[in-house]
Amino acid sequence: MQVIRSPKVYDVCIVGSGAAGGTAAKVLTEGGLEVVMLEAGPTLNPDKDFKEHVWPYQLPHRGAGIAGIYYNIPYINEFTAPNAFFTIPGEPYTTGPDSKFMWLRSRIVGGRTNHWARIALRFADVDFRGRSSDGMGDDWPITYQDLAAYYDKVESYIGVFGSKENIPSAPDGIFLPPPKPRCTETIIKKACDRLNILCVPSRLAIITKEVNGRPPCHYCAQCERGCMTASNFSSSQVMLPPALATGRMTLIPNAMAREVLVGKDGKAKAVSYVDKTNRQERQVRARAFVIGASACESARLLLNSKSTLFPDGLGNSSGVIGRYLTDSVGSSGYGYFPQLEKVPPHNHDGVGGMHMYIPWWKFDRKNDFLRGYHIEFGGGRGMPRFGQFNGTCREFEGYGVGLKQKCQQSYGAFIGLAGRGEMIPNQQTYCEIDPDVADEWGIPVLRFHFKWDENEIKMAKDMQETFRAIVEKAGGTYMTKVETTGDYPYRISVGGVILHELGTARMGTNPRTSALNGFCQTHDVKNVFVTDGAAFVTNPDKNPTLTIMALCWRASEFLLQEAKKGNL
Amino acid sequence: MNSDGIQRRDVLKTLAVVPASALIRLVPLQAAETAHNAVREVKAASAAAAYAPKFFNPREYTTLQSLCQAIIPSDDRWGGALEAGAPEFIDLLTSENEEYQRRLGGGIMWLDATCQKRFDKAYVECSPSEQKEILDLIAYRANAEKDPSLATGIGFFSFLRELTADGYFSSKIGIAYLGYLGNTYLLEFPGCPPVPDL
Repeated sequence: MQVIRSPKVYDVCIVGSGAAGGTAAKVLTEGGLEVVMLEAGPTLNPDKDFKEHVWPYQLPHRGAGIAGIYYNIPYINEFTAPNAFFTIPGEPYTTGPDSKFMWLRSRIVGGRTNHWARIALRFADVDFRGRSSDGMGDDWPITYQDLAAYYDKVESYIGVFGSKENIPSAPDGIFLPPPKPRCTETIIKKACDRLNILCVPSRLAIITKEVNGRPPCHYCAQCERGCMTASNFSSSQVMLPPALATGRMTLIPNAMAREVLVGKDGKAKAVSYVDKTNRQERQVRARAFVIGASACESARLLLNSKSTLFPDGLGNSSGVIGRYLTDSVGSSGYGYFPQLEKVPPHNHDGVGGMHMYIPWWKFDRKNDFLRGYHIEFGGGRGMPRFGQFNGTCREFEGYGVGLKQKCQQSYGAFIGLAGRGEMIPNQQTYCEIDPDVADEWGIPVLRFHFKWDENEIKMAKDMQETFRAIVEKAGGTYMTKVETTGDYPYRISVGGVILHELGTARMGTNPRTSALNGFCQTHDVKNVFVTDGAAFVTNPDKNPTLTIMALCWRASEFLLQEAKKGNL
Repeated sequence: MNSDGIQRRDVLKTLAVVPASALIRLVPLQAAETAHNAVREVKAASAAAAYAPKFFNPREYTTLQSLCQAIIPSDDRWGGALEAGAPEFIDLLTSENEEYQRRLGGGIMWLDATCQKRFDKAYVECSPSEQKEILDLIAYRANAEKDPSLATGIGFFSFLRELTADGYFSSKIGIAYLGYLGNTYLLEFPGCPPVPDL
C-alpha cells in the first residue's frame, strides 16, 4: 500500500474540530501559524444538516428514527444536530467484565459542540484543589487564578448569559443578560427559596444580545438541533470561521487519525490517518501537534502511537493515559404539578435549555459525601415529542375522549430534575486498548472499565432526597420510583451517559504520575499537546466544555510563544 | 410582489454572496425563517400523497386504523388519531422493526381470534357495542388479574396506545389540540404570564 504524505510541513496539526480543536485553531491561526486540522467526520452545512424549526410531523418517523430506534437511546433523536452516536457501525468499543459504559461520539466538523446543552460553568477555586481540600484524588498543577483570565476571554468571545451571584462554588463570569424565567422555573425557584436552596439564572453559551455579528437568540428552544443563526456556541460556527478566514487553516474532513509518528529526535513529526472516503492511508507533517479528539479518543490515539522510543504509547511513560477516567454522577426524577394544569397556553419555549438552575449550595457544611453536585431542571409546555405521553398512557390507561383529555390536561404539568455531581477517580475506572478488536480502519479500539464508588452512590441518594423535597415543597407529586439497591441504586446513571468523560491524560507537576504539564504539553514529547477533557485532574460538578476551551486557549497561547522562541 | 417574495429574494442574495465552498454560513434571522418555510412547504406537499401500508395487509391496516381512532377519537372540535396520521406513523415504524411486527402484527391477530371466539367474526366486523366490550377488557392491566388469558391483548393494546398517542400528539392536529404555541421567532422572551397562585 502506498502511503500518501503531505509535501507541506504545517506549523501545527490539530486532531479534532470540537471545543478544543476549534479553540486551538482560532488562537493559533490568529497568532500567525499555519494549521492543518483533521476531523474524523464530514463537513457541516447548517442549512442542510440542522433541523431547527422543523415540526415532528414533517418527518415520517416524527423524530423517533428508523424502526423507532430513538425510543431506546438517551438524548439524541432525529432532530439532534449531526452526528452524535452511541453506536457507530464499523467503529465499536468494548467493555470489561461487569462494566457498562456508553460512549457518545460525534464525527462531524464541530463535534459535540453542535448539539451540546450549552451549559457553561466555571470551575471554582476548590475544584482545582481536590486532594488539598479533602485528601481524595489530586490537585491540578494550575489554580483558578491561572485560568480566570482565559475564562474571561472565552466567555467574552463566545457569549454566555448569566447573573452575578457571588456564590463560592460557582464563580461569576462575564455575562450577557439572562432570559426571564418560565412558569416551571418560577415554581421551582419559590420552593428552593423556602428550602434555603440556591436557585439562580443558569449560565448558558447562548447569546441574548448580538456578539461579533451573531444575532441574538430568537427563543425557539431548539439549541440541541444546531442553530441556523449561530446564536448559541458551536465550534463549527464560532471558532472555525475566524480560523478559516485567516487563510492559514486547512481543514481535512473524513480523516480518521491512526497514530502520531515520532522522529529519531524524540519529537512528533506526523500524524498518519485514513481518508474515510476512499480508505487511503495518508500522513500529514507538522512541527507541533494539538490532540483534541475528545478525552477517550485522544487517549486511544496516544496509546496506539507506539514506537521504540515510546513502547507504551506516546506521552505515556507515566502509564497514566487511559487511567483516571471519570464521568459526572447523574441521577434524575420528575414531578407532577397540578397548578401547571391551569396555566393558559402560551409560548413557553425560551432558549434551548434551562433559564434557571441550582448550583451546589451545601458547600458550607459537612455532608454524607465529599464534593458536590448541581441540579438542572426543566419541563412545561415544550414542543410535543415522541414518548412524551407514555407516562400518562400507562397511568390513566383506557382509551377514547377521556384519554385524549387527560393527555391535554397533563401536558406541560411535569418538571424533571437532574443532578450532575463530581466523581472522584478510582482504580476500577479506566480505558485501555482492547488487544483483540480493531475498527474497520484497522485501528485498535478502546475497552472501558467503569465503577461507581460509595461516594457517588451517596451523592445520588442525596440528589433523590433533594428532588423529592423540592417537588413536594412546590406543591407537586414526586413521580419517580427510586430503587435503593441493584446495579444503579438511587437511579445513578450508567457510566458515560452524562457525556462528561474526562481525565484520561491528566496534567500534573510530577511526570511520573501525570501525562501533561499545566499547559497541556506532554511531559515526554515537547511538541505534543492534549487540550481536551483528557487533561482534567478532577471532574467537578460543572459541565466541562467551558473549562476545555479556557484550558485550550491558555495552552494555545503557550504553544504560540514556544513556537516563536523556537522551543518546539 | 408580496412580502414573502421579497424575503425569498433576500435569502437567495444572502446565499449568493457566500462561496459554495464555504464551510459555515451565518444566515440572517429573516432569511433563515423564510428558508425554513420553503422547506416546510415542500415537505408538506410530499406528505399529502395517499399512503400505501408498508407492513400491514389491507385487513390488518383497517383494524389498526379503527383501533387508533378508538384510542384517540375525533371530537366536536378536534380531529383524532386517524386524521392525524397515526396509523401511517405506526405502520412505517412497524415495517422497519421486527419486534413491533411481532407485538402489533401478533396483537391484531390475537384480537381477531378472540373476537372470532366471542362473536364469531373479526374485530372490524363487530358491532360498536361488541368492539367496546372487547376494548374495555384489554384497555386495563387490572383485567389480567381476573382473566390471565387477556394478558396478550392487554400488552398489545398498551403498546399501541403509546404509539397512537405519539402519532397523534406529534401531528399538526395533536399539537394544536395541546395548545403548544412555540417554534417561532421572538425578539424577547416574555417569561411566565401572570397566573394567580403560581
